[in-house]
Amino acid sequence: MAQKQATSQNKAGSRKALKTFLNKVFVYMALFAGGFIFLVPFFWMVSTSLKDSAVIFQFPPQWIPDPIVWGNYVEAMTFAPFHLFFANSLIIASLSMIGEVFTGALVAYGFAKLEFKGKNVLFIIVLATMMLPGEVTMIPVFIMFSSIGWIDTFLPLIVPSYFGGSAFFIFMLRQFFLGIPNELEDAARIDGCNTFQIFYKIALPLSKPALAVVAIFSFHGKWNDFLGPLIYLNSMEKYTVQLGLAMFQGMFQTEWSLLMAASIVALLPVLLIFFMFQKYFIEGIKLSGIKG
Amino acid sequence: MSDRKKVLKKNLEGYLFISPWILGMLLFTVGPVFASFYISFTDWNTFQSPNFVGFDNFVELSQDSKFWQSLKVTFTYALFSVPLNLVGGLLAAMLLNQKVRGMKIFRTIFYLPAVVSGVATALLWRWIFNTDVGLINSTLAKIGIDGPNWLGDPNFVLPSYIIMSLWGFGNAMLIFLAALQDLPKQLYESADIDGASILRKFWHITLPQLSPIVLFNLIMGIIAAMKIFTEAYIIGGAGDAGLFYMLYLWQNAFQFMRMGYASAMAWVFFIIILAITLLIIKSSPLWVYYEGKKK
Repeated sequence: MAQKQATSQNKAGSRKALKTFLNKVFVYMALFAGGFIFLVPFFWMVSTSLKDSAVIFQFPPQWIPDPIVWGNYVEAMTFAPFHLFFANSLIIASLSMIGEVFTGALVAYGFAKLEFKGKNVLFIIVLATMMLPGEVTMIPVFIMFSSIGWIDTFLPLIVPSYFGGSAFFIFMLRQFFLGIPNELEDAARIDGCNTFQIFYKIALPLSKPALAVVAIFSFHGKWNDFLGPLIYLNSMEKYTVQLGLAMFQGMFQTEWSLLMAASIVALLPVLLIFFMFQKYFIEGIKLSGIKG
Repeated sequence: MSDRKKVLKKNLEGYLFISPWILGMLLFTVGPVFASFYISFTDWNTFQSPNFVGFDNFVELSQDSKFWQSLKVTFTYALFSVPLNLVGGLLAAMLLNQKVRGMKIFRTIFYLPAVVSGVATALLWRWIFNTDVGLINSTLAKIGIDGPNWLGDPNFVLPSYIIMSLWGFGNAMLIFLAALQDLPKQLYESADIDGASILRKFWHITLPQLSPIVLFNLIMGIIAAMKIFTEAYIIGGAGDAGLFYMLYLWQNAFQFMRMGYASAMAWVFFIIILAITLLIIKSSPLWVYYEGKKK
């Protein structure tokens, strides 16, 4: 009797083991299939960028180019002043980022920790502006900047970042500040700190992870921005990477190896940032869903 | 007296902290929204002062076949790409939530395309859709299928955009994944004891628990899909098959210098987005499940 029970238990156990094994096999198959689909376009991009223009239109396409033409990168980078485009994008994205992080934190701290009249109503307005697409206000803002002579300068792309940044960043930082215990701030106040000093010396250093998320998101967003530079920048030496790449496409309609080489170079900074700060990226995306 | 002073000081301090946002909101949101409303009733090329023309712009819009075409293109795109992205994102999130070795690498790979949006990826997809030697058609040719002229045939332009959008569902996927990781384990444990199948568990536990996240991803997804611009600018499409709303708005404003007409378009867009968002939120009690608010 006892023996019989044991064998049936064994059987159930081995069936369960088989089931988890099959489950794992299925999961891995799906993961590899998905991973393949997501990566293939990147391989295709790299492969194209290294091809001689004579074999680009060859059928079937070569995955490993013969010959490998590293010179495509040199050619692409020298045909248009990409070093300028990179410098411009870097200036715009960094200066914007500093503004969005610092003023965003300031505003968020006000909403999280200070008491003032009308705070809740104002915060609801912050959330409401999250829903308003910037495209709606694009034309009057353009006219405003054009009337003060800021067209074809970096200013319209940078200065608005110094007004609290995006509503989403304010929301995110506020959530973080709310988690800082008030006791720390009270202690600092007894030591004679004023509110700004508490913000600067206590709250900011404690919020480094949240500030990092905002910094990365801000930089990434500005780096990938296309519509803004397209509207405001006219002369080529002021172009950002995105704008330069679009112009490059106009110059080399079907020179796919050069276009792909330039595209890869344009993607490198974003990829680099992603791989360096992957943890923060993922944290930020998760936080954006908390409201749901 | 000193109490009143204290309150005053507190208020002042609070407003000082949020003053950048207040200024920014007035300068870059509230002011421009009103200005845009006024401009939409004018005929303005920016070189001369604006003429008030009443409802002319809106009347012209209603008769502009390109405007209707851009609405149709944008709506059709959103109608297909948003639900497909949600389903794809959720399925991928469930897959990435399995506990197997090496999952971190797969999560990175699945998310990667969402990081690289912009001109470079739009260019990449133009090349992938190339009729003769693009990645898709040359693969199809290997199994004996003669692929379509993706971006040259008006019938295939929108399917191309939808396929491209599916490649980048990473953000929705990550939000779903975070929510899946937070789901209470007891629910599944008791369902297991009752012998519920995987499908039943999905339908009766996972989906209701995730419905607030679906709501969030749905609204964000629709707004993002309606705003699509960079891809439309770079890739275009046969005839007007790739004439998205924002592209046509941009053309009117910055190529034809018709600021009044473009502002009217911006307002129509604003009202459409608002109406869709409100409609979805109003309908949400029917299908969104909130803990503790049982119907």
